[in-house]
Amino acid sequence: MAPPIESRSSEATGPAPVDDLPMVARPGRIDTASRAALLILAAAALGLPFILQALGSSYYLSFASRIVIYAIAATSLNLVLGYAGLVSFGHAAFVGLGAYATGILISEGVVGGGWHLLATVAVTGLAAAVIGAISLRTRGVYFIMITLAFAQMLYYLANSMKGYGGDEGLNIRARSLFGFGAIAYDLKNPSALYYTALAALGASLLALDRFGPSRMGRAVVALRDDDVRAEALGFPTFRLKLVVFVVAGVLGGIAGALSVNLQGYVSPNVLHWTQSGTLMVMVILGGVATVWGGLIGAAALLLLQEMLSAYTDHWEFWTGWVLLAVVLFARRGLVGLAAGLRSPRARTG
Amino acid sequence: MPSVLLIEQTLNGLQFGLMLFLLAAGLTLVFGVMDMINLAHGSLYMIGAFLAAWLVALTGSFVIGVLGAVGLTGLFGMALEAALLRTLYARDHLSQVLATFALILILNDGVKMLFGTDLPLSAPAALSGPVELLPGLQYPAYRLLILGVGSALAIALYLLVQKTRMGALVRAGASNRAMATAMGTNISALFTLVFGIGAALCAVAGALLGPLLAVQVGMGENILILAFVVIVIGGIGSIRGALVGSVLVGCIDTLGRTGLQQLFREFLPPQWASAAGPAIASIAVYVFMAVVLAVRPQGLFPART
Amino acid sequence: MIHRTLQSAAAASLFASTLALVGGAAFAADKVKIGLVSTLSGPSSALGVDIRDGFLLGVKLNGGKLGGLPAEVLVSDDQFKPDVAKQLFEKNIKRDKVDFMTGVVFSNIMLAALPEAYDNNVIYISPNAAPSSIAGKDCNPLFFAVSWPNDAYHEAAGQFANTRNLKSVYLVAPNYQAGKDSLAGFKRTFKGQVVGENYTKLGQLDYAAELAEIRAAKPQAVYIFLPGGMGINFIKQYVGAGLGKDTTLLLPGFSADQDVINPVGSAMAGLFNTAHWSPDFTNPANQKFMAEFQKEYKRVPTLYASQGYDAALLINAAVRDVKGKLEDRDALRKALKAARFDSVRGPFKFNTNQYPIQNYYVRTVGSDSKGGLINKSFNEPILRDHGDAYVQSCAMKG
Repeated sequence: MAPPIESRSSEATGPAPVDDLPMVARPGRIDTASRAALLILAAAALGLPFILQALGSSYYLSFASRIVIYAIAATSLNLVLGYAGLVSFGHAAFVGLGAYATGILISEGVVGGGWHLLATVAVTGLAAAVIGAISLRTRGVYFIMITLAFAQMLYYLANSMKGYGGDEGLNIRARSLFGFGAIAYDLKNPSALYYTALAALGASLLALDRFGPSRMGRAVVALRDDDVRAEALGFPTFRLKLVVFVVAGVLGGIAGALSVNLQGYVSPNVLHWTQSGTLMVMVILGGVATVWGGLIGAAALLLLQEMLSAYTDHWEFWTGWVLLAVVLFARRGLVGLAAGLRSPRARTG
Repeated sequence: MPSVLLIEQTLNGLQFGLMLFLLAAGLTLVFGVMDMINLAHGSLYMIGAFLAAWLVALTGSFVIGVLGAVGLTGLFGMALEAALLRTLYARDHLSQVLATFALILILNDGVKMLFGTDLPLSAPAALSGPVELLPGLQYPAYRLLILGVGSALAIALYLLVQKTRMGALVRAGASNRAMATAMGTNISALFTLVFGIGAALCAVAGALLGPLLAVQVGMGENILILAFVVIVIGGIGSIRGALVGSVLVGCIDTLGRTGLQQLFREFLPPQWASAAGPAIASIAVYVFMAVVLAVRPQGLFPART
Repeated sequence: MIHRTLQSAAAASLFASTLALVGGAAFAADKVKIGLVSTLSGPSSALGVDIRDGFLLGVKLNGGKLGGLPAEVLVSDDQFKPDVAKQLFEKNIKRDKVDFMTGVVFSNIMLAALPEAYDNNVIYISPNAAPSSIAGKDCNPLFFAVSWPNDAYHEAAGQFANTRNLKSVYLVAPNYQAGKDSLAGFKRTFKGQVVGENYTKLGQLDYAAELAEIRAAKPQAVYIFLPGGMGINFIKQYVGAGLGKDTTLLLPGFSADQDVINPVGSAMAGLFNTAHWSPDFTNPANQKFMAEFQKEYKRVPTLYASQGYDAALLINAAVRDVKGKLEDRDALRKALKAARFDSVRGPFKFNTNQYPIQNYYVRTVGSDSKGGLINKSFNEPILRDHGDAYVQSCAMKG
C-alpha cells in the first residue's frame, strides 16, 4: 500500500527527482522547415556584425557577444544541471576561474591566446575534478551546499588577492592574441571576439546535440532520473557524474576566458553565488536538458533586461515575475512551452 | 591579543552570531519542517529593516518602530506563505531555489519602488554611548541591547520548541512529516505559523542591525548564505543546532578576521594583510562547514531521527 | 519539428525589434553631449547626487548651454559597481556618442571604466576621484582632474597634525586605490608615529573590530578616510564605543562634510578637517554658487557639489574657447588645460599632469545661523599652491 504522503525528505529516499524533465530527443530526421530555419538563424548570426554596421548600431555587437558568452556558460550548466540532474550552485566559480586565469596571464604580459586556452582548460579542469570528486559523494541539499561552499571559497580567495586587484577587480588593456603565421587575430577587435565566441557556442551545441542521444548521454540521463537503480544496473555512476561535471566546468571556464576578453575587466563578483543563480535562471528559462535551452535562456534574459530597462528602472521586478511564472507553470522552459504548443501530448514527455 | 581586545572581539562575535541565529532559526524550521529551500529569507530580513526605518521615522519611537516592523513582517511572511510558497512544498529543490530566487528579484525591486534604495536608521539616542563593562573596557550600549535581545529570543525559542505543545508539533514535523500528518495535526496552519515566526525573527535582526549596517536594497543576500551555512553545520530542523552553529560561525568570522590580520601584518604589507585576513576567515567558515559535512553530514545536532 | 522554426523565428524577430526600438543613435551635430555616470544609489549616494546636482546647476545657470552650445547631459547610476559603470560608459560613448564623460565618485569604479574613454578618444573630466597612478606614470592627455589629487587632503591633514603636536596616530582607510593614496599622503607629511594602519573593506559599515583594535592601540589621535556612508557609520560607532573622550578624531573633508554632518549630528561639532573648499569662501563665484544651490535644491552643498559645478564651468570655458569646434580634440585639450574659468574655490590652475595646483585649508565644524552645523574655514591655507608628489613620473611636460 502506498504511503499516505510521499516523503520528500532528501536523505531518506535519495535525491528528489527533478520533476517533469523531458526525455532526451530521439535522434531523428530534421525536417526541411527546421533545416531552413536553422540556416536562416546561422546566416543571421554570421552576418550580424555587418548588419549592425549597416544599421549604425555597432555598439550592439558587444551586446550580442555577451549573449553568446552567457549562452556558452548556461549551456555548460545545462549539461550538469539538466542532463545530469546535479543542482550545482557553484557553477559561476568555473566561469570566474577561466576569467581570472586568462586575466592574470594577460596582466603578466602573456597575451598568446593559445596559452590562455591551455591555462583555462587546465585550471578549470583541475578545479572541477577536485570539487567534483569531493562534492559528488553527497546528494540532495548537501550537494547544493557544498558546491556553493567551494564557489564562495574561491570568491573570497579572489577577494584576498590584492596583487591582482582583490575586490577592486583586475583591469587589462590587452586581449588574447592568436597568431597564425603572419595573420594576427586579436580579440580586441569586436568582430573577432564575436566570431570566436560564436564558434565556441556552435561547437558546444553540436557536441551537446550528439551527446544527448549517445550511449553515455542516455546513461547520464538514466542516473539523473534514478541513480540508485542505475547503480544497481551496473552503471559507473560516480565516474559518469564526475566526467560530466568536469566537462561542464571546463566549458564554463572557456566562457569566462571569453568574457574577460569582452569586458577587459574581471572582479570577484563573477564568482558570487548570485551569478550562479543567474545562470540557473537562464537554464530553466530556456529549457532544462535541451540543446538550445542555454542559448534561448541567455538571450531571453538579457534581451528582456535590455528592453525593459529602456522603459523602466524596475526591470528586475518584471523579470522576477516572468521567472516565477516559468517555474510555476512552464516547467520545461521556453523550449518546453513551444513543444507544448505544438502538441499537447508532448507535455507528458 | 591583549585580554581587553579579546573580550571585546568575543562580544562582537557573539553579537554577530546571535543576529545570524535569528535568521538561521527561521530558515532551519522552514527547511526542517516544510523541506523547502527558501532563498527569499534574506529578503524578509531586508523588509524588516526597511519597515523599521520607515516606522521609526514616522512615529519617532525606536521601540514602536521595531515592534511594528516585526509584526508587519510576520504578517507579510504568513501571507506570502499562504499565497505563494505553499505551492512549492511539493516541488523539488531546484524549483524551490529558482522560484525563491525570482522572489528575491521581485522583493528587492518592490522595496526599491516603495521606499527607495536605502533609508536611514539610527540607534535610539539613549543607547548611542558606551557602557563601562570593566575598567578599560567600554562597550557600545546599543550592541549590548542586541546581545540582550538576541539571547532573550534564543531562550524564548528554545522554550517554545522544547516545552510547548506547538513546539512538539514542530519537532515532530521536522523529524517525520508523514507521521505528523497521519497523527492529525493541521499541517497547513502549522506551516503558516512557522513561516510567520521565521519572518518575524528576520525582522528583529534586520531592524536591530539596521543602525549598524545600512538599510539598503539587497542587504539580505550576503547574510542569507551564512545562514544556510549555519543550518547545515547545526543540523537542519534543529534550533539548538542553529544557535550553536551561529555562535561558532560568528566567532570564527569575527575573531578570525582580526586575529589573522594581525598575524599577516607581521610579514605582509598592510593593504595585503587587511585583504587576506577577512578573506581567510571567511574561507575558514566554509572549510568548517565542509568538514562537518564530511564527518557528520546530518549536522552537529540533527533534528531528524 | 516545427517548434524549432518557431523558436528561431521568435528569437530573430525579438532581436530585430530590440534593435529597432533602441538602435539608431541620435547624432548630435550642434550640441555638447556629456555622459555623467555616478553613484546615485546606496549608502554613499549622497556624493554622486551632489556631483550631479552641482553639474546640472552649472549647466542651468548658463542657460542650459556650455560654451554657447546647447548641452545634453545623460545621467546614469553606476550602483557602486565597476562593471555597471563600464557598461554605462560604453553605452554613452558608443551608442550616444558623447563628447565628454564625467561624474564617477569612486577611484576603483573610475579605473575600471576609463579604458572605454581612452580607447575611443573621449575626454574624461573627473569631478572627484583622481588617483596617484594617473597623476604619475599612467597620466593621460584625455584625463583632467577638476577636484584634487587623491593624496592632497590627507597631506594637508598630516601637516595639520604636526602643527597640533600630535605624536601618535592610528590610520583607517578602505582597501582600494584611493584608500591607499590617502594614507600614503598622510604619512608623507606627518612627522609623528603611526601606531596602526588598518584597511577596511570598501563599503564596510560595521567597524566593531577596528574600533576594538584602536582602543587596544591607545593612540593620541585617529585619522580616517571613510567617505560617504562608511564615514557616517564609523563616526557614530566611534562615539558609541566611547573612544571620543581620550582620542582626537582628525578627518579629511570627505568625512566631515554636510552629507556626514547631517546624519551624525552634534557629535561632529568642533571636529577639524581639511579640504580645498569651504562653504564660507567669499569669492564671487562661490557666493553665487552657494546662493543658487540652496535656492534650487534646498540644502547646503557639499564639496562634491562644488566639484560637479566646477566641472561644468571648466567644460563651459573650454568649449567657449574653441568656439564650439569639439572635433578638434587637440585644441579642446589645450583649452581645458588653460582652465580659464572662475572656480568656486578661488584660484585654479592645472599642473603638467592635468591635476590641480591649489591651496588646502583647515576647517572646523561650527554652528550656522539656523542652529545647525556647517564647516567654517581658517583663512590661512595649511598647504599653499600645492601640486602632487607624482607629477615627475608623468610623461606629459606642459
